[in-house]
Amino acid sequence: MSKTGIIYGINGPVVSLKGNTGFKMSEMVYVGEERLVGEVIGLTKDATTIQVFEETTGLKPGAVVEASGDALSVILGPGILNNIFDGIERPLSEIARQSGDYISRGVSVDSLDTEKKWTVHVTVKPGDVLEGGAIISETQETRSIVHKSMVPPNIRGTVTWTAPDGDYTILEPIVRLQSEDGAEHTLTLCQKWPIRVPRPTLKRYPASEPLVTGQRILDTMFPIAKGGTAAVPGGFGTGKTMTQHQIAKWSNADIIIYIGCGERGNEMTQVLEEFQELVDPKSGNPLMDRTALIANTSNMPVAAREASIYTGLTLAEYYRDMGYDVAIMADSTSRWAEALRELSGRLEEMPAEEGFPAYLASRLSAFYERAGMMQTLNGLEGSVSIIGAVSPQGGDFSEPVTMNTKRFVRCFWGLDKSLAYARHFPAIHWLTSYSEYLNDLAPWYKDHVNKNFISMRNQLMALLNQESSLMEIVKLIGSDVLPDDQKLVLEIARVIRLGFLQQNAFHKDDTCVPLSKQYQMMEIILYLYRKSRALVTMGMPMSVLKEDKIFDRVISIKYDIPNDKPEMFDEYKKDIDRFYDNVLERNG
Amino acid sequence: MAIEYLGLSEINGPLVVLEGVKNASYEEMVEFTIDGHEKKLGRIVAVYEDKAVIQVFEGTDNMSLQNTHTRLTGHPMEIGLSPEILGRTFDGIGNPIDGLGPVNAEKRLNVNGLPLNPVTRKYPRNYIHTGISAIDGLTTLIRGQKLPIFSGNGLPHDQLAAQIVQQASLGSGSDEKFAIVFAAMGVKYDVAEFFRRTFEESGVSDHVVMFLNLANDPVVERLITPKVALTAAEYLAFEQGMHILVILTDITSFCEAMREVSSSRGEIPSRKGYPGYLYSELATLYERAGIVHDASGSVTQIPILTMPNDDITHPIPDLTGYITEGQIVLDRQLHGQSVYPPISVLPSLSRLMKDGIGEGYTRGDHQDVANQLFSCYAKVGDARSLASVIGEDELSPIDKKYLIFGNAFEKEFIGQGMDENRSMEDTLNKAWELLGLLPREELDRVDTKVLDKYYHPTEIDLAAQAKAEADAMN
Repeated sequence: MSKTGIIYGINGPVVSLKGNTGFKMSEMVYVGEERLVGEVIGLTKDATTIQVFEETTGLKPGAVVEASGDALSVILGPGILNNIFDGIERPLSEIARQSGDYISRGVSVDSLDTEKKWTVHVTVKPGDVLEGGAIISETQETRSIVHKSMVPPNIRGTVTWTAPDGDYTILEPIVRLQSEDGAEHTLTLCQKWPIRVPRPTLKRYPASEPLVTGQRILDTMFPIAKGGTAAVPGGFGTGKTMTQHQIAKWSNADIIIYIGCGERGNEMTQVLEEFQELVDPKSGNPLMDRTALIANTSNMPVAAREASIYTGLTLAEYYRDMGYDVAIMADSTSRWAEALRELSGRLEEMPAEEGFPAYLASRLSAFYERAGMMQTLNGLEGSVSIIGAVSPQGGDFSEPVTMNTKRFVRCFWGLDKSLAYARHFPAIHWLTSYSEYLNDLAPWYKDHVNKNFISMRNQLMALLNQESSLMEIVKLIGSDVLPDDQKLVLEIARVIRLGFLQQNAFHKDDTCVPLSKQYQMMEIILYLYRKSRALVTMGMPMSVLKEDKIFDRVISIKYDIPNDKPEMFDEYKKDIDRFYDNVLERNG
Repeated sequence: MAIEYLGLSEINGPLVVLEGVKNASYEEMVEFTIDGHEKKLGRIVAVYEDKAVIQVFEGTDNMSLQNTHTRLTGHPMEIGLSPEILGRTFDGIGNPIDGLGPVNAEKRLNVNGLPLNPVTRKYPRNYIHTGISAIDGLTTLIRGQKLPIFSGNGLPHDQLAAQIVQQASLGSGSDEKFAIVFAAMGVKYDVAEFFRRTFEESGVSDHVVMFLNLANDPVVERLITPKVALTAAEYLAFEQGMHILVILTDITSFCEAMREVSSSRGEIPSRKGYPGYLYSELATLYERAGIVHDASGSVTQIPILTMPNDDITHPIPDLTGYITEGQIVLDRQLHGQSVYPPISVLPSLSRLMKDGIGEGYTRGDHQDVANQLFSCYAKVGDARSLASVIGEDELSPIDKKYLIFGNAFEKEFIGQGMDENRSMEDTLNKAWELLGLLPREELDRVDTKVLDKYYHPTEIDLAAQAKAEADAMN
């Protein structure tokens, strides 16, 4: 018989029970007649505190709370991809089938489809000795992804029986194991794992390979490594969600876990609709085939919002253990931090900065540290990269969530309001952003793209920095009085900003640009700069140089040269040579 | 017969505490009878064993620890609804105040609502034509969107909202059922009256449901007013298949009320004294906009909020901006220059715009034009600040052109008459006319083909313009 307790007080999502209930910390509980799902968050000798993941309207003191015996866990198995869940892994389409357009309370649904038969190929045979994490079977989960079922990390033993290859549901036995102490374990296609506990791995590798996103400002300027962490802070309307969508669509990760944490319902619907139609450039299948969505929109219960981040992480780690590169989009971690604040307030804890609880920093660091490129228990290599959006209040980066996040991530893509106002997208500001991965990844760029890649990237950055200090002067006295070489810097910086950094997410070629084209674009811009500088040194005024349309032609290269026609860059090079000769001829 | 409890154990601002209750549930409604005749409603906001903390909607005046009888109703706050509510006026908690008697309820719904399942939502794609260039052209309103107006005291947000309602409702060829739900929270009598009169004059008043909580009505009532209104809106939209435009004014009063109640409950404050759940509360209001797959109606929200001290980083506009799908920001400086509507276009945004415009919806060049206008107008700001340092005469020719463009843009594109209803075609053509003031190579956001089709340079005769201005001064 499971342990029970009696409700004493109710305050929003926080419910307290009187007396020593014997519940465990972080244990999942069922609250009241409707069996609302909750979690134990505090225990004292005479009271137990529970956060409830559903609306508590209508709950009464005296109602019974029943312990489940397990920590709050998720079911891991085939059927996670191409699906949309709420914050505690309940499939939203199943909830819709049971309760209609609105999410009502106490809906009891299975996390994964228990009826569906999966075609299973068993990869072990009786007599094999298996460690925790070993792969026992393979299933084509979606058109893009092979699902590898594994021995749960905490079990090891010798295979005594295997099912023949065939069609099975996630609950049917696939393999039986006998452990050393003689206990028998029946393994199915699925397993359970507590969301707040990181799944174990063998070891962690240093960052060595970039997560290629097809976005120039990210891949070239501020790259993120596979297994890396990045924060995307920005006020509302600066394009956090857009950046996350672009990465989810075009990055070279195998699996995307998109966590909509306290964000807009329509945005989740958009992802759902758009990703069904869009095609993954790598596999040619719909993007949803490699994507799982966690949607806990802003009007859904606040406690589930807090849990949704961990649910997403656990799903990601599970696929990492199969040897995949997984990228998590967490939109937005500020909503999660605010959920912590709200619950902390309800618990009447002593607030620290801005009302956030004092444990904000430790929770954030624990979250980002679950990212990494790992050697999994079965010897494969897999990674979890985390890209967390941050919504700073008033767009001010000095608030607690942004400040603490900055301490724990190695990539910072700062979105800028004034760029967004001028509709310069992506509005990632090149002066406030940074990536600590640049040096780690330099060898990769050298081997896989071009040996000059990083040095060219640095030249572009230098020009942009020069522009920003020149602009200080221009703001005071206007650009007319500058010497011609400085005018040229301004002009080239304009070409870099408009032609390279600005990227149109709605243009069929420009939305995702291969690294080779990014390199060629840099090369051509710097070639133009070298040639023009030679002219300026010879005393040609900028006004003469600008008579030619070459600067604007280079700006529109992003549209005019399709991604699959790299040979067209040669024409532009010839055009620049011609421009050089012409200017000399006319003025020489 | 339900048990009545006699007396109270504590009264503190809008909150009362009742001890010795049995079977009270969280968020349940209670009825008070004071001195045997006066009736009030309240809602349980916290329960501890046999103690209930109750929020009194009509205020705690006249209540004493002895003279009050309390009865539990056994259900959360509900409102009776039927299609008859169209054309009616209610107070902040849904009681009719137009003297036409009670509504024959066909259905009673819990005003707290439930979250819409993202799976059953339909992504909004149909634009609403408002006839206002700055909105249609640059921050297009989409059916099912929540697009707030960020305003300040003394700015014409009410006029703008009224104009949107009038022109959107009377859009050409609209044979679909259309209605307006208007919720006033703590607004002045004049404002409520202004809206009532406008609805009447434009002949839509039999399609309007009004919920009024005026500035002198009880504060706690305000907390429930938008929920009542949105419940009515959802009923009309998803059960009666109507397209509903909801106007919520003023969200700031709603948040102030929340802060007041929260502090009398002794809760731990977060930013500027607002409770930690301000974001969640606002989200439960705003997220009730949308379209669902199996209903023909829609709920579109235009919340109005006055930014305290015109500060867009204040928690109320800040949190709102993170929830809503864009914002329309009004600007005091433009208002000072008598530009109506004084929409500050740079911080204004409509997130759903990109999917509801362009070929098949408005016109193929719409997105390009909008981007170009934003980008050029941003440069106008730079030119102006430069001009204020070195003087207008010292500017480079191109910066001068930007100044001319900026002034024309504010006067002719943003500015329009209070009853001027511009077609989408007019708006876009006007935009091209203005972009013609700039040299073609400045237009870097527009596809070359689109430029070829629409771009025509407008010659600027500086001398003539100066003369015209001088004449205007005389």
